[in-house]
Amino acid sequence: MRRRQDLFRWVVVTLTLVFFGLPLFSMLEFTTRDSAGHRTAATWSALADFGVISTRYPDLRAGFLASVGLAVLTVVVMLVLLVPTMTWVRLRLPGLGRTVEFICLLPLTVPAIVLVVGLTPVYAWVTYFLGGNAIWLSFAYVVLVLPYAYRSLDAGLRAIDVRTLSEAARSLGASWTTVMLKVILPNLRTAVLSASFLAVALTLGEFTIASLFSRTNLQVAMYLIGKSDAQISIAVGLASLVFAFVILFAMSFVGGARSATSPLARLRRNRKELT
Amino acid sequence: MTAAPTAYDKAATDATRGVAVELTGLHRSYGPVQALDDLNLRLAPGELVALLGPSGCGKTTALRCLAGLEDPDSGRIEVGGLDLTRVPTNKRDLGMVFQAYSLFPHMTARQNVEFGLQLRRQSSQQRRARAAEMLDLVGLSTQADRFAHQMSGGQQQRVALARALAIEPQVLLLDEPLSALDAKVRVQLRDEIRRIQLEVGTTTLFVTHDQEEALAVADRVGVMRSGRLEQIAAPEELYSRPVNDFVADFVGVTNRLPGDADAKSATVLGGSVPLLVGSATSGPVTVLVRPEHLVVHADPNGPDAVTSVSFLGAHGRVIVGLAAGGQAIVQVPSSAVSNYPPGTRVTVRPTGEAALAVSART
Amino acid sequence: MRPSGALLGVVPFFAYVTVFLLIPALVVVIGAFVSGGRPTLGNIRALGEPAVTSALWHSVVLSVVTAVVGAVLGAILAYAVSTARPNGVLKRFVTSLCGVLAQFGGVILAFAFLATFSAQGFLTRLLGVGGGGLWLYEWDKGLMLVYLYFQVPLMLIVFLPAVEGLRPQWREATETLGGSTALYWRKVAGPILLPSFIGALLLLFTNAFSAYATAAALVSQGAPLLPLQIGGTFTSEVVLGQEGVGKAMALAMVVVVAIVMTAYAVLDRRASKWLVR
Repeated sequence: MRRRQDLFRWVVVTLTLVFFGLPLFSMLEFTTRDSAGHRTAATWSALADFGVISTRYPDLRAGFLASVGLAVLTVVVMLVLLVPTMTWVRLRLPGLGRTVEFICLLPLTVPAIVLVVGLTPVYAWVTYFLGGNAIWLSFAYVVLVLPYAYRSLDAGLRAIDVRTLSEAARSLGASWTTVMLKVILPNLRTAVLSASFLAVALTLGEFTIASLFSRTNLQVAMYLIGKSDAQISIAVGLASLVFAFVILFAMSFVGGARSATSPLARLRRNRKELT
Repeated sequence: MTAAPTAYDKAATDATRGVAVELTGLHRSYGPVQALDDLNLRLAPGELVALLGPSGCGKTTALRCLAGLEDPDSGRIEVGGLDLTRVPTNKRDLGMVFQAYSLFPHMTARQNVEFGLQLRRQSSQQRRARAAEMLDLVGLSTQADRFAHQMSGGQQQRVALARALAIEPQVLLLDEPLSALDAKVRVQLRDEIRRIQLEVGTTTLFVTHDQEEALAVADRVGVMRSGRLEQIAAPEELYSRPVNDFVADFVGVTNRLPGDADAKSATVLGGSVPLLVGSATSGPVTVLVRPEHLVVHADPNGPDAVTSVSFLGAHGRVIVGLAAGGQAIVQVPSSAVSNYPPGTRVTVRPTGEAALAVSART
Repeated sequence: MRPSGALLGVVPFFAYVTVFLLIPALVVVIGAFVSGGRPTLGNIRALGEPAVTSALWHSVVLSVVTAVVGAVLGAILAYAVSTARPNGVLKRFVTSLCGVLAQFGGVILAFAFLATFSAQGFLTRLLGVGGGGLWLYEWDKGLMLVYLYFQVPLMLIVFLPAVEGLRPQWREATETLGGSTALYWRKVAGPILLPSFIGALLLLFTNAFSAYATAAALVSQGAPLLPLQIGGTFTSEVVLGQEGVGKAMALAMVVVVAIVMTAYAVLDRRASKWLVR
């Protein structure tokens, strides 16, 4: 029994790795090849030199910097928006809990491409007031992240019994601000981290909205460069895949079993009956 | 191992339709860990034997070997005279109740109970009648259409018991069936398991780490340590005549008191205590005395002082700090509890009931 | 504090979702029924045009096929992984890899695919099969294959918790009651996993149905899928009324996704009752 399971596992996993590994290996092969078909590290050494990138591929530089900025701003806006609201609703307005949950999960039924359609007039105003910088895409990304971040934070809030903690702190003489900053937030650390991680992952992988609003982020830059210099953009793609994998793999050891494999896994695992 | 012919014979004659079970020389190791080390165990037809021991003592492994869920490295398993050592689980004709969560979640209580009957190709009327009968036996006839997630832990375990018994198994295996339940439900269901087991007369092996539970339900209790049976005997014998200090410590509450042994008795706390068979018989010893085998007297000149008292309902307990070092737990009538506020000077004496002595090692 | 004071605390949140979620939703819903400032059913009627219906049809077929194939392959993989040691390296490796592919796919997957199968691709050169061919860029061939590269990983991630939720006691109880392994799968494990499986299948469907990046990066000729059609209303020189049609298509898309996601939520609730206790 046991041995048959082992054999089955190894056959399936090996086939899977071949299936998924083949394109990844092909990317590597493709980026280490010169026009005559010989091995060369030229593409990768160009990629390793930020100076070369900046001068030769300005789009890539712009996209990379924009994506980093987007990730930071998205995380900040998401946290500022969600953490106080969710805590507050639990403490003072439990009747609103279902409404907030419903709103936060709503984006699940709205594909990014649809959001683009609806956001067009909104972004006309954003551009009018704030200018056309790619970083303002964060406002839309927060909406995309909403369901996943909500689930993460909700799980964190469930685990600590906000009401009892804050009642205990209040009975010891703490103000509401102190309750939030010194009691609730420190206990939400893991949930905040995992929500932030999900936001970063989603932001770095986003293409649809940026592309259709003609803003350049990392994915759009890759796409644009791919038209003229396939090797460098494929190299960037492979590097970012490997980078993301290494982060996830490392986090699987730090944060306990599969704590951050995917926003969708998070979404599913934390679903519980509301009573 | 001390045999207990009385309990054994009694169970054998009471048996309505149980079969004998015999485990001979069972060995099982997980890497360097010996889970079973030459285990020998015989269950008379219709008998309920409890295996008791701390976690990791091998009691669950023994049960799982009997179930066929685990293969012994060596040894022999016989049920009703047939060698089942190499027979797969699903051909062994067993009923098993697990610790928790064993009900099939997509089936109602009735469907769970009918499952084994369905496998035995009974007609649907037969199954329905039998399931109703079994659910009635465990007191759940009104809950037949509920799913596991709609029932309490205690109700789930009752359904699991009904499911195990519905197929009229040769042997019933209970793997810590009560350990996931609340204290009150635990006692209730424990008594009920015993009632039902006596009613159907199925030979039963009950594994538990709770000594009170084992003493309350079993015809005989086997105490295990490191894969071996330390002692197997009727509950009252196990309690009053433990063969070693491990058994004495594990079953009931025991005071470890320093004393001097002299052949068949020992001097403890200024009194004489007859020694049980197997005791150390000379020199400094540790005597294992039950709380109810000590008496305490208020004595202004006494050497010892009360450190705390507790009222436990039917009786009370006085904890006395001994001048000689250590402490003694003494059982007193509950009416006497108020006579011993903490700080009271007292003397403690043994009542003279026989006890086990082991040589004082440290 | 009076309740009205407490309500002030949630004003920022509701203001934000109004601007960036509810207004866009209204823009789509209302815009689908407005043309040139006047109410009309013209946009909805335009959904009946062959270009749109065929794009919708292609999207549905592509999503159904990749969801079914992805779900079956992903489920097998999930079971295989679940038999490994609970916190072993193999499981962490596979789940991390799948997490990256399911989440990060998009443009990079399209590139990976080109690097493998295009005329200059590794596999094409290795096998010496001439010319790559146009099959790569067709929605029912190349796209289907490339979609599996994020559908299978997604299935692993959403289905693995369900497989791991199977309790060993259920198998053992089946055996002690006299059932074989085949019977356990047929009567116990199969029915228990079914709601989770169907739920995951639906999630895969919406995932493929709403995916844009991979297709956009791979398909340069025409717009065979609904998301590409919607994207097309942005980039093409705007024909009069085209905007309204884009909103009507977006609305149609939301309706499909919402129906499927609701079904998913119902099934998932059932599954979590059985499995998470």
